[in-house]
Amino acid sequence: MTEPAVLFAWCATLLIFVPLLAALAVYLVPGRRFGGALCLLVALGLFVPLVLASHALADAGALHFAFGGHTAPLGIELFADGLALAMLWLTNVLLLAVHCYTNSWLRQAPAFRATEFRALVLLLWSGLNGLFLSADLFNLYVMLEIVTLTAVPLVVFSRGPVALAAAMRYLLFALAGSIFYLLGVALIYAETGLLALRTLSPEALMGPAAVTALAVMTAGLAMKAALFPVHAWLPKAHAVAPSPASALLSALVAKAGAYLLVRLWLGPFATIDSAILLQGLAAVGVAGILYGSLQALRQSRLKGVVAYSTVAQLGYFLLLLPLASLVAWQGVIYHALTHGLAKTAMFLAAGNLIRQAGSDQLDRLAGADRFLGGSLMAIALAGVSLAGLPPTGGFIGKWWLVAASLEAGQWWWALSIGAGGLLAAGYVFRVLRHAMQEPSEPTPVPDHERVTPTMIWVPVALALASIGLGFTGDLLAPWLAIGAPFADTGGTP
Amino acid sequence: MTGVYAALPLWVVMTSLVAALAIFALGESRRHARVAVNLAAAVLKVVLVAILLVGVYLGHDFGFRVTLLPGIDFVLHADSLTILLSTLSALLWLVTTIYAIGYLEGSPHRCRFFGFFSLCVAATMGVAAAGNLFTFFLFYELLTLATWPLVVHRGSAEALRAGALYLRYTLGGGAVLLIGIVALHTFTGTTAFRAGGSIPPESASIAVLTIVFLLLFVGMAVKAAVVPLHAWLPQAMVAPAPVSALLHAVAVVKAGAFGIVRLVQDVFGHDLTAHLGMDHVVAVTAGITIVYGSMRALAADDLKQRLAWSTVSQVSYIGLGIGIGGPLALIGGLVHLVHQGLMKITLFFCAGNLAETHGIKKVSQMDGAGRRMPWTMTAFSLGALGMIGLPPLAGFITKWYLGTGGIETGQYWVVGVLIASTLLNAAYFLPILARAWINEAPADATVGEAPAMLLWPAIITALFAGGAGFLAGMPWSPLYWVEFIAELYL
Amino acid sequence: MNLVYALTAGLLFAIGLYGLLARSELIHRLLAANVMSSAVFLYLILIATAPAGDPDPVPQAMVLTGIVIAVSLTAFALALLRYFQALNARRALEDEADGDD
Repeated sequence: MTEPAVLFAWCATLLIFVPLLAALAVYLVPGRRFGGALCLLVALGLFVPLVLASHALADAGALHFAFGGHTAPLGIELFADGLALAMLWLTNVLLLAVHCYTNSWLRQAPAFRATEFRALVLLLWSGLNGLFLSADLFNLYVMLEIVTLTAVPLVVFSRGPVALAAAMRYLLFALAGSIFYLLGVALIYAETGLLALRTLSPEALMGPAAVTALAVMTAGLAMKAALFPVHAWLPKAHAVAPSPASALLSALVAKAGAYLLVRLWLGPFATIDSAILLQGLAAVGVAGILYGSLQALRQSRLKGVVAYSTVAQLGYFLLLLPLASLVAWQGVIYHALTHGLAKTAMFLAAGNLIRQAGSDQLDRLAGADRFLGGSLMAIALAGVSLAGLPPTGGFIGKWWLVAASLEAGQWWWALSIGAGGLLAAGYVFRVLRHAMQEPSEPTPVPDHERVTPTMIWVPVALALASIGLGFTGDLLAPWLAIGAPFADTGGTP
Repeated sequence: MTGVYAALPLWVVMTSLVAALAIFALGESRRHARVAVNLAAAVLKVVLVAILLVGVYLGHDFGFRVTLLPGIDFVLHADSLTILLSTLSALLWLVTTIYAIGYLEGSPHRCRFFGFFSLCVAATMGVAAAGNLFTFFLFYELLTLATWPLVVHRGSAEALRAGALYLRYTLGGGAVLLIGIVALHTFTGTTAFRAGGSIPPESASIAVLTIVFLLLFVGMAVKAAVVPLHAWLPQAMVAPAPVSALLHAVAVVKAGAFGIVRLVQDVFGHDLTAHLGMDHVVAVTAGITIVYGSMRALAADDLKQRLAWSTVSQVSYIGLGIGIGGPLALIGGLVHLVHQGLMKITLFFCAGNLAETHGIKKVSQMDGAGRRMPWTMTAFSLGALGMIGLPPLAGFITKWYLGTGGIETGQYWVVGVLIASTLLNAAYFLPILARAWINEAPADATVGEAPAMLLWPAIITALFAGGAGFLAGMPWSPLYWVEFIAELYL
Repeated sequence: MNLVYALTAGLLFAIGLYGLLARSELIHRLLAANVMSSAVFLYLILIATAPAGDPDPVPQAMVLTGIVIAVSLTAFALALLRYFQALNARRALEDEADGDD
């Protein structure tokens, strides 16, 4: 049996470099069919290192690995724990789904620049895997930039003035965000001479420079993650991007920034436990939940609803900061997983609606069960999961977060989570309500032909998976706890 | 084999769950297959519940347990209380299915309707068989989700509005309930159902327990349509008649009332509830609801709306019995769970027949209805007289036990509530009967009974309702079973 | 001497931030962002200089990488900008109210 550390080194390397090389191959080798096949092959093949890495982590706990034996500060170190593992799995599952969907979707879009699109998605994938595996501040910066540089162009594929304006706005926010983050990295290096997350001692990070660094990094990452109140770019960009791209942006890219925030605040900066600060940040998160949900309630397009829902759902990440317990940690990760699956399902289903009805205006949904069948089911099931209603993954995440709030004696967060769930139910059922409406005059049934069975099954499968997570809480809990920054308090009796 | 037998509650739930999935999979056009699945599942469920009933009577243990979260199990079990609700819903589901097939003949979206209809029954069975509050909550929320498409089934603006109101109330209540359940689990370490209460003594302070009780009670009270959380119920009557029948008789309001029973008897236990002073809260809100609901029923001209307000009032008899405490009141409250279901479903079936056959939707249109639809109106009259509490009909049994229970525990105000309610019941039901049987029909009125598939369900449930009263002293009557249950708690 | 560099870096960052927030023309905002990046790079170089002995290579490596990233981002942004101006016939994002469509 190979050493877990060695096994992990191989797996991590493959996870980053295979999509990178595949991107090159897709770009250089002509032919749409080749690109589609390669993407699927990569998506399926990467499950092997993912499974092996999971086993390595299960055997040995959180693992580190230095490329070529060069350790910090000059070498590049990779690292994985339960959180990273969860995000890697989510990334791989979603990319498999999106590639399946895209291959079908492209067949009816001959004008779409498939090669560039696929290459960018593969690069984005490599960046995301790298981001989730990176263990030092500067490497994280580089990965964050790769993600930005590949995510923004995905928006442009929709063409047209609206898409360009949205991409431009996204790019400006992302630019500012990365400069702020880099400034923070510089400040920390000036103070401590260190970059690796595990070597940065919390004691060294208590001075004013470190606090400033944390402040600018938080601001920068908030812009990248589109946390309220610096979210303005997200709803526009996500709503206008091609549906498969919207799915990736909402389910993964926005989460990358939030992921990094959690890493910083619960890692090297965990000693900054000023109650006012942490409560304040969580309050900002709740404000985002409320604002995003209320905006989602006002949208007239399906993709607008789903995009604003992302603004809302990202707010839950910030609740982890004051709650700081294993239960909350598991709750937030579970929430992220469910949200990723459900969001992707909704965006892909919205893509089908656009294909069939010509637009994703909510009015077009009237009588939709006649033509939208499976897609509508995906929207409904994913929506129920987003609203945290049982028996779904969203419910498990919500249960854990409420339990963590009450255990910490911070009941007000329990109420906020309850309110957030209700608002989410509000915008989900508002969409379904349109679908239940009898059309006032018999409208022609939109085009069936333009949606293939794959395009229906992929969102349905994702929605079912987000519901299936409702039954795996006990199974996954120990995996999520690997290397968690909190001791297992034994949970609740 | 013993494992399969012990997991019977799971099979009872799965019967309708699988039926629901099968119906969705069959699609709109395959009508015969759908009817076959529907009826087969309904009959199978009656058989399974009958086996369960005998098993519980013989003292067999039933249980199914899976760990869903660390420290939290999904538990299905069967105790005598489970049987009370599951027998009622299994029988009435069969009858309602037949009625619904007849009622929706030729209308669109039947696949969706019957799929969610089955899902709704699966959820009700889960509510009945849940072995702890966590499991109860899963099915309680599933019930909300499964009934919403039924309430908005017609897709009209009015139906959509009623559906939105319904969701606002029930999901709001669900959120409060969730926080209450998590709090219960966090502070006391348990959410199990056990006769006499499962909360370990001294596990949390009085203040915490009181807050938790109130959260849970509010969460349940929304579905039980306890004033002031009742507003959704009279609106929801825009749903098709079989849905109203199911909603009012077995599914939604009963899930709420059943939850209150579980909460007081099996989670807190009546002693702890009384120690917290919460028994009075339950009894008094129930008393207010009984009187208020009846008064609003008096003013409603729309027949279904009058019946809906009557439900608001009648369901709180259950809460009243639980709140009063003492053996007699407990029996009165629990037996009404069945009695109200049988009587109310009869009334809604009849209201549906009146509307479908002759377009009679308002009380003021009911002149001479007795001669126009004699069988339907006979069934209606039996249900209405039972509601009023004419001896020896079912409603009388309930009121007798509640009244003597109140006197037994020295709460004489209960008798006042019962008298007021009986007078009001008479005041809103007797004029209907008078119009139907005494007044002359309008000259242009059509005469004729409803089709058999609509008529027979109403007659059968009317006979059940009559039997529950006339034969209350016989073995296996609802009263007999409730006395069997009450032994557990005393 | 170090103080001069530090102050310059701070000043550049402030100028850049002001430009990014206050200007509406996209090309100006893009340039402002570049000025901000330069300020951070300057600061990193400042860290690298040791009063005695060899300079620290790590911040220099960071600056090099940072410049590569900044160049690619700027290049992409410029391309996007040309596209945007060609299609929209205007040079700024309109600050439409957050909301529908």
